[in-house]
Amino acid sequence: MSGTKDMNLTLKIWRQKDQKSSGKMVDYKVNGISPDSSFLEMMDVLNEGLISKGEEPVEFDHDCREGICGMCSLYINGEAHGPDRAVTTCQLHMRKFKDGETITIEPWRAKAFPVLKDLKVDRSSFDRIQQAGGFISVNTSGNTQDANATPISKDNADKAMDAATCIGCGACVATCKNASAMLFVGAKVAQYSLLPQGQVERKDRVLNMVKQMDLEGFGNCTNTGACEVECPKGISLENIAIMNREYLKASLTKEE
Amino acid sequence: MKTSIARKVSMALSALFLMVFLLQHFAINITSVFSSEIFNDLSHFMGTNFAIQYIMQPILIFGVVFHFVMGFILEIKNKQSRNIKYVKNNGGANSSWMSRNMIVSGFLILTFMGLHFYDFWIPELKTKFIEGDWTGMIEGEKGLRYFAELQHKFVSPIRVGIYCVAFVFLSLHLLHGFSSAFQSVGANNKYTRALSKFGVAYAILIPLGFIVIALFHHFNHC
Repeated sequence: MSGTKDMNLTLKIWRQKDQKSSGKMVDYKVNGISPDSSFLEMMDVLNEGLISKGEEPVEFDHDCREGICGMCSLYINGEAHGPDRAVTTCQLHMRKFKDGETITIEPWRAKAFPVLKDLKVDRSSFDRIQQAGGFISVNTSGNTQDANATPISKDNADKAMDAATCIGCGACVATCKNASAMLFVGAKVAQYSLLPQGQVERKDRVLNMVKQMDLEGFGNCTNTGACEVECPKGISLENIAIMNREYLKASLTKEE
Repeated sequence: MKTSIARKVSMALSALFLMVFLLQHFAINITSVFSSEIFNDLSHFMGTNFAIQYIMQPILIFGVVFHFVMGFILEIKNKQSRNIKYVKNNGGANSSWMSRNMIVSGFLILTFMGLHFYDFWIPELKTKFIEGDWTGMIEGEKGLRYFAELQHKFVSPIRVGIYCVAFVFLSLHLLHGFSSAFQSVGANNKYTRALSKFGVAYAILIPLGFIVIALFHHFNHC
């Protein structure tokens, strides 16, 4: 905690021209940062300074800036979404840092998340995993049944809701020493497998999503639990166990 | 073994099998602290029983080889999944040293197993399968040879030291490996917390027991 005094910081930021270029860490100074500002607002101050000097601003992903959309990323001082817990980078406040501190800012690092520019990465591999089975096919021709008309046990509804809070930011991949996407895929598989509406495609879903996950080049989960700790939505490791069970059951019982 | 989950589950099943074997190994070895006769009898039974020698032993060898080969394959694949490393990574903020360094503790255990095989398993194979001596008797004397051989190996303080260090790494490996194996096979439920506590007890007590056995024979050898 640094109180209310404005902060002067040194930033070590990964700069990379484009996907094909090799990048490097570049040092910047930012002064007069309010401890109550968010991390992305601090980045805005940096970029305003760079633009006013005629330099190229640092590119980074962001959208809603209220922890909902899953767009913001950044590996800050060696942790996904920075040192705070259960927050995205846009919800991270500068009071978590000390005046005069040097902050290292890097993009998510994974073969399946190639850097597009500076701190921006391509997370479309998550989209392709979702497209492989992370959905429920419903008749939308006008006679769709109201979801509330289908009885669901409270326990399963709660677990499915917890899994559904995954915003697909990729912090789990970024923080995992193996760049594994199993927390993300586990949350999506668990969410649908716990709901009555998800039963029809249950086996195909887990088999196809895991297959796509492997095709994208994510690593193998070794249960370090780092993903659960760094996840801004607190997605539980239990979802990975559910996915493992779903996968085993589907593999053993799926008819060709 | 085509998918990441299949590899993960197979790794866990081989680990569970090896943990059961380790418990059985400890149960027999600890008798050497209390009774040379019981230890000799149990060792002779294990060393000459057909089912153990020709069915369980090959399964055990397969389990050991599979576990470390798959461990190295997973390590290589996982390294390839992050082609550019972070400049700064604070792994200690979100995970245990043991969980992040299973390959290190595993490799050291594997190295120790080389010494352990050189000490016990290879001479045993030589005696039985090359020399054809299945009597288990000490040459020229009455009585079974196993207890005497065990004590002889723990005379050297350097060897005892290596064994003790190896058991510390075995403990570190098990501290993550026990609960990780259950998580991998999908067992994460209301019993998980109790199972994890049991796993911590297993991971500390079994290697500690092996250390006690090694030290006991070092200080009490004939």
